[in-house]
Amino acid sequence: MTTEEQANAATVKDQHATAPPPETAPAAKADDSGAGGPIILFFILGLAASLIVGWVVFPKVLYSQKKQPIEFNHVLHNELVEDGCESCHFFREDGSYSGVPTLDQCIECHEEVNGEDPEEARFVNEFVANNREVPWLIYSRQPQNVFFSHAAHVKMGEMDCVTCHGHIGESESLPIYKQNRISGYSIDIWGRNISGIKRNSWDRMKMDDCADCHRQEGVNQNSVQTLRGGCFVCHH
Amino acid sequence: MKVDRRSFLAFILGGAAGTALSPLPWKVTDDISIWSQNWPWIPVPPKGEISRVRSACTLCPGGCGISVKKVDERVIKIEGLEGHPINDGGLCPLGNSAAQLLYGPSRIQTPLKKVNGRWQKIAWQDAITELAAQLRQLRADGSAHTVGWVAGSDRGTVPELFNRFLNVYGSPNFWRMPSIWDSYELSIYLMQGTRSMAGFDIANADFVLSFGSGLIEGWGSPGYMFRAKSELREAGGRMDQIEPRLSKTAAKADHWISINPGTEGALALGLAHVIIKEQRYNRNFVNGYSTGLAERFQRVIDGFPPEIASKMTGISAGTILTLARDFAAARRPLAICGRGQGLLPGSLQTFLAVHTLNALVGNINQPGGVWAVPEPDYIQWPEPEIDAVAARGLQQPRIDGAGTDRYPNARYLLHRLPEVINASAESPLQVLFIADANPTYSLPDTAAVEKAFEKIPTVVSFSSYMDETSALADMVLPNHTFLERYQDVAGATGFPKPIISLAQPAVEPRYNTRHVGDVVIQLAKELGHTIGAAFEWDDYDSCLEETLGDRWDGLIENGYWVDEAFSGAQWADAFETDSAKFEFTNNDISTLAAYEPVKAEGDEAGYPLLLVPYDSMRLNGDGQPGAPPFMIKALEDTILQGNDVLVEINPASAKQLGLSEGRFATLATPKGSAQVKIRLTQGIMPGVIAIPRGLGHTADNRFLAGKGVNYNQLSGPIDDPASGHNAAWGIRAKLS
Repeated sequence: MTTEEQANAATVKDQHATAPPPETAPAAKADDSGAGGPIILFFILGLAASLIVGWVVFPKVLYSQKKQPIEFNHVLHNELVEDGCESCHFFREDGSYSGVPTLDQCIECHEEVNGEDPEEARFVNEFVANNREVPWLIYSRQPQNVFFSHAAHVKMGEMDCVTCHGHIGESESLPIYKQNRISGYSIDIWGRNISGIKRNSWDRMKMDDCADCHRQEGVNQNSVQTLRGGCFVCHH
Repeated sequence: MKVDRRSFLAFILGGAAGTALSPLPWKVTDDISIWSQNWPWIPVPPKGEISRVRSACTLCPGGCGISVKKVDERVIKIEGLEGHPINDGGLCPLGNSAAQLLYGPSRIQTPLKKVNGRWQKIAWQDAITELAAQLRQLRADGSAHTVGWVAGSDRGTVPELFNRFLNVYGSPNFWRMPSIWDSYELSIYLMQGTRSMAGFDIANADFVLSFGSGLIEGWGSPGYMFRAKSELREAGGRMDQIEPRLSKTAAKADHWISINPGTEGALALGLAHVIIKEQRYNRNFVNGYSTGLAERFQRVIDGFPPEIASKMTGISAGTILTLARDFAAARRPLAICGRGQGLLPGSLQTFLAVHTLNALVGNINQPGGVWAVPEPDYIQWPEPEIDAVAARGLQQPRIDGAGTDRYPNARYLLHRLPEVINASAESPLQVLFIADANPTYSLPDTAAVEKAFEKIPTVVSFSSYMDETSALADMVLPNHTFLERYQDVAGATGFPKPIISLAQPAVEPRYNTRHVGDVVIQLAKELGHTIGAAFEWDDYDSCLEETLGDRWDGLIENGYWVDEAFSGAQWADAFETDSAKFEFTNNDISTLAAYEPVKAEGDEAGYPLLLVPYDSMRLNGDGQPGAPPFMIKALEDTILQGNDVLVEINPASAKQLGLSEGRFATLATPKGSAQVKIRLTQGIMPGVIAIPRGLGHTADNRFLAGKGVNYNQLSGPIDDPASGHNAAWGIRAKLS
């Protein structure tokens, strides 16, 4: 059976029972006249089972689910700080990006328990008291072989945080971190939709998404450092 | 319904079709490619905030300023400090790779005590209490003078604390590790009457005549010498190198003059002879500000006309004449001595001869000359009370004989200690403290040193590493590394200005280590009485801050303090001799044993070759601390191939002995033997062979141990008849 026929079979899978039998069927019939039906049935069974495995089971098995070490409410914090996102996620003096806040930043307000939230108490007792950094799980961490500069995108390209990170700043709790068991990176890189369909710019952060945006925005297609095009813009 | 082979195949085909129509194969392929491009087991340094700490390197007395680059609380790189008066951004490979000393696996993580030959952990307080009890008992027995202390340097607050401790406790036995600076200081003291460090304004000289000094191989402060040598060359200055081997410095020089090893003094006297005979000396200086030249000429220099000097040195009389005339004719000539990195003090008469050359051309305390640099005087602690026990102890002669009738001028003669201990029935030292030094590795005749140290009942090492000395010790009280502690670095070897640099902690101590300064203070307080009273500081950091006083804030901010305006005392005020002039000779000098080339140990018949050590910038000759992996990896394969060290030999000598390139041979000296690989090179005098210093470590360090041979294992000390310092420059050897 050719791939084309397989594709046809899949698109009309509900009508398979009445569809003309595939080419292999007549050959089978020649040997055993009563087996045509069961063969088609087994084909459909195999097809259905693998489609279920591929579309339903596989995505569930591929990712392990991890909770963040501490619950965090962006909305609540945003109300209390002065500079919005920049209060905690800022550019350092040398232009590098601070990313997820370190314990030192948290301690500025949370040296002791301020409120009544048990998560805050847990944070202070487990991390602040022991001077232990919170091992935050980072949804947007790109693979190690990708060079990415926040300064180039936010300062030079004047992009806003939402374009890539979505509305995480308006969240009241942190989503479950789904880690790819093979690559080790977060589901948010491929996108939560297993078929890779994206509705929003922040749904996916694969190489093609970077490339599309770079093309759309007319970004220099050559690396500034190496003056080479293609891969070397992001892969050094 | 019958499930036959065809049904099964149909099922498989359907499955294959469905799989192809699902995201599974495409997603798995994508994930595997990401996984394989970012192997998760390859360590990736975590990102973080980049910061820098201004500090100073304490790994040698060179006093270089460093900038420690960190990501969050992790040291990732050490660079020379831009604008620092000594190294201005430059740094030697040892300083560069010091992060490996902080994070490397040979760190000692907690105090250790040897019980029945095995290391056991001990609590800090228990260690201090135990030592204090032993020290108290020794004092009670009237044996306070049997306690000794070995330090890497005798400048700065930490060595001063050791000295103060011994002083109030009652022992005269403090040692600084031997080096050419012993001989330089003594030369200046004898001829100029001041206790000063020798500084060299190499950058402003126009002719540097080096008697084997490895200007770019770690002589003096490497950070300064590298820079100064470049400035000298850029300004068109000349550099001549005199040594039997084509070192890196010789290769960079204008002239390499090969000399019979150990006869540098004869050449210096020969040059002086020409300069005086032809009246090419600086009349203003010699007539106005010096005495004793005529007498010294008559007593010493007259015996070394060019023909005689030529015979001794193997350098033609014509070359000696030309060299002397060129040297005297230069506007700012400068003669320097001390071979290689300057780890062996050498013959005092040679240093006096070279200093005589400098005086003849009048470049004492002059631009481009040799300067007497006063030791920094910021350590002004109140005089401690010395009790009767301590006073009795301090009256005892030093164990090594320094300052006694035999060697009245020497201050420290550490190389003599093993011989003295091994010759006594009971060790004259009961307790020996060792800090910032690795004498078991770097003193000559390793076997004798080990035997002696094993005889000392209690050896306490303050090393941060399980080096050769720690391995032999009875107790190890690990110091913080210099990246984890405060420490002042007073002066810098060979640097011509008074300077203080400050080492500041770049990171919190990683292990259960303690600042050696704190341990001394705590030990003193534990002993109490006048000893505790002499150490009134709460801890070392407050002692340091109080001692540096007004300079503290500036040091914290800049990392250094320098007397920028210093240019050496004027001739009229420079000399504190009896005559208040530079003395080419005087009573002290004339009573010294006369110059005679130091003979290498061993008989010529049994050992026809002469083995000399050489130094490389990529090796740390004094073994404290041993070279980090980065340096070993950067070593040329003309020095080390795998675990085998190469011995350099002239093809002519090799031919006589039937040795060929790359062959293994046994190198034997009167002190020991080792297996080496032959390297033929025209860059060494026939009859002379050379191996590098800084290899052959034996201690527990998997990156360093078992590589090459320790030169000290094959060599022995020779007491200089004039000073008592170790005058050995090599040893007789044979290759078979």
